[in-house]
Amino acid sequence: MTSLILATASRFLFPLLLMFSVFLLLRGHNQPGGGFVGGLVAAAAFALYWVAFDTKTAKRALRLSPVTLIATGLLFAIGSGWMGILEGRPFLTGEWTMFEAPGLGEIHLGTPLLFDTGVYLLVIGVLMLVITSLAEETRE
Amino acid sequence: MVPLFLLLGVATFATPALLRLRPQMAAFLAVIPAAAGAWLRWRVSQPAPVEAAGWASSLGVRFSVQTDGLAMLFAWLICGIGALVFFYAAAYLERDSRVGRFYSYLTLFFASMLGLVLADNIILLFIFWELTSLSSFLLIGYDHDRAAARDAALQTLLVTGLGGLALLAGLLMLATAGGSYELSELVARRGDLRGHSLFHPALLLIILGAMTKSAQFPFHFWLPSAMEAPTPVSTYLHSATMVKAGVYLLARLSPVGSETPLWTGVAIVGLITMLTGFVMALPQRDAKRMLAYSTVGALGMLTMLIGIGTHAAIYSAMAILLAHAFYKASLFLLAGAFDHATGTRDVYEWRGFWRAMPGPSVAALLAAGSLAGLPPLFGYVAKEQVLGFLWELPAGGAALAAATVAGICSVAVAGMLALRPLAGDPREFHAPSLSLWGPPALLSALGVLGGLFPAWADRWLVGPAARAVTTEAAGSKLALWHGFNVPVLISLGILLGGAALYHRRAYAQEIAASLQRVSRWGPERAYGIVLGSVMALARVGTRFLQSGKLRNYMLIVLLTTSGLAYHAMFARGGVSLHTDWLNLSPHEALLAAVMITAAVAALLFQSRLAAVVALGVVGLGVALLFLLFGAPDLAMTQFVVETLTVILLVLVLYHLPRFARFSSGRARLRDLAVAMSAGSLLTLSLLALQGFQRSDALSAYFAQTSVPEAHGRNIVNVILVDFRALDTLGEITVLAVAAIGVYGLLKLRLKSGGQE
Repeated sequence: MTSLILATASRFLFPLLLMFSVFLLLRGHNQPGGGFVGGLVAAAAFALYWVAFDTKTAKRALRLSPVTLIATGLLFAIGSGWMGILEGRPFLTGEWTMFEAPGLGEIHLGTPLLFDTGVYLLVIGVLMLVITSLAEETRE
Repeated sequence: MVPLFLLLGVATFATPALLRLRPQMAAFLAVIPAAAGAWLRWRVSQPAPVEAAGWASSLGVRFSVQTDGLAMLFAWLICGIGALVFFYAAAYLERDSRVGRFYSYLTLFFASMLGLVLADNIILLFIFWELTSLSSFLLIGYDHDRAAARDAALQTLLVTGLGGLALLAGLLMLATAGGSYELSELVARRGDLRGHSLFHPALLLIILGAMTKSAQFPFHFWLPSAMEAPTPVSTYLHSATMVKAGVYLLARLSPVGSETPLWTGVAIVGLITMLTGFVMALPQRDAKRMLAYSTVGALGMLTMLIGIGTHAAIYSAMAILLAHAFYKASLFLLAGAFDHATGTRDVYEWRGFWRAMPGPSVAALLAAGSLAGLPPLFGYVAKEQVLGFLWELPAGGAALAAATVAGICSVAVAGMLALRPLAGDPREFHAPSLSLWGPPALLSALGVLGGLFPAWADRWLVGPAARAVTTEAAGSKLALWHGFNVPVLISLGILLGGAALYHRRAYAQEIAASLQRVSRWGPERAYGIVLGSVMALARVGTRFLQSGKLRNYMLIVLLTTSGLAYHAMFARGGVSLHTDWLNLSPHEALLAAVMITAAVAALLFQSRLAAVVALGVVGLGVALLFLLFGAPDLAMTQFVVETLTVILLVLVLYHLPRFARFSSGRARLRDLAVAMSAGSLLTLSLLALQGFQRSDALSAYFAQTSVPEAHGRNIVNVILVDFRALDTLGEITVLAVAAIGVYGLLKLRLKSGGQE
């Protein structure tokens, strides 16, 4: 019961949603957004793919296995915590670097962004793991 | 000192990989303890100050080490015997495919045992203490295919783990009483400590911990059971090092505890343990169990001496400790070699050793001679020291008598282990390789050396160790010959008595065996009963709480939560309801009406899909509420969560049967009541929250510091990823575990053929 309209629309919507999710992740520190909601939006994008096509296509679009995403996300989050330790400060202390980027003004780059990226990846992984396992069982 | 432990940690994880690539490298791993010992020798100069590295200093946890004589005596034993055991195990476990895992555990144990005796910080000490229990569990259960090994491992873990908890409580109380987390400072402040009200409970708990670790009566039963472990493990953990951790701790705290009634109790417990151990060693047939019981006896003697607590007592204890480490490790290793050669550990099956393997037999004779206290071996020197000390001790009559009985029994045990198997014709045999009997022979030779040159042992090991504990004037020193005095006569009596007991061993064994029948009703039985009842209770509890029915789970969770919350609410004088929320603007009222309608509709719909959509409407309503009250972050998240929830619910619904009524009317009424109570609880608490005076300190703090300290203007997100990042880390970990749980549940069901 693949719908042509939905399939065509999701081909266009999918990259837009993904870009939007990254946008949410990046602006999160100063505007409404963040890794959690960004991850949810990205997962929704993949879920849309699953609704429009099937589990296999959605999995292929994801490229990495959900478990890998979960593990990478956790590693990012924990790794960002270790940066502080390497500087001799407590675990998860934010470390920042600032530089002038041409055309963008001053950029603040810090370990919290790495942490948030970890959350982002993990949320995608968790949701896709649950959705694909449920969906695969449905097919059987 | 920190780099040493980091390296050992790396070695723990690297050994399995190394041995998978090069299994023949196992014997070379003896380098690990040997190098650690050499490094200590090079690093440590006496008298060494406490050396500390920061860790969690604000919690009082420092990586501080103390390398005084007492710590170093134990450290040398751990490194020296460790090197021999590491080497021996390679031959013992030849052709075992899991040898990598074995060496990993063994390295872990080596590092934690070394840390235990070097630690000055009590939290550090406790961590290493528990790590030794853990690695002991892993090593005893090494042959995890056998139920006996698993049971023994569990028994050890439970007994020593329980003691570990007591120890932790005791140490923390001691730290509170003394105002320091450093052992050295606590010992220095012993005068203030003794007056504190927490002092006696703390000391009692610490003694309990030490008693379980060092297999003191009535906790001694785990040690013979632990003989299920491979022989190198029994040698290293359950004879030479780990079981002496309790003795070490008691010796370390001896300046604090001695001359208190509790410390007298320690001496009495030691005396009982000593008698129990040596008498129970007699009727054993299994060589390792026999050695285990005599180890229990020796540990009892050490505890008794430390309980007496004078300088001479500590000095004698250190001498016994050293002698015991040499001869008992040697005997254990040889028992393993003989087991390999004959295929049995039953000492009554052993015969013809003299003709078949003279080398190992000599090593066994020397070690057993030390156990029996024959001159000129180090065991004799140590025993003479103890007897001389007890003879001169006022009111030491009971201890002297008990030591005499223990001595007689140990002579008989030594005879049965080393003398009896010499005679007769050898049966089918393959003589053990040199790597199996070389290490024990080295230990036996050390026993001879110590006996011939006791002044060396005094100067390098025993003397400094005793001086680290007490600074009283030194009494007599270790010597082979103190002149013709009463202790020599007692020694002679012990040898004669032991010889007679050995000669009439069948008779002695009958008596001991009848004692064993009595002991069947002893502590091990109590352990079995307690364990059995805990398991039964757990089964009943599981059956009640984990019925496997979702409805019961929800009932229990909801009723417990709302019951407790209601209790808290009304026990504190009830709730005051505020009505100012009633001035709604029209669009808020409309939203509320829509949400209430959707919620009621979700209950009434006959189609599940419609119910899901109705729930979705409620969720979106909540999101709109967030938006209205100025929380765009929450609203955005809620919108996406609602979308994904609908997708998940649709997926789940696919599996459910068509809508039908399964529950009786009464059950539905009950469910209604539970739902109402949970719902009203939430409503009531929200209303009550309106009335609270909220402190704005936190909000103000976050608003002020968000930009300068965390470079972010979105306070919600800054809290999530920076100020409170540890909470978030915990939450995402839970999320990951939950997802993997879902995955496991679904895949497991698929594999079992779609059956419920």
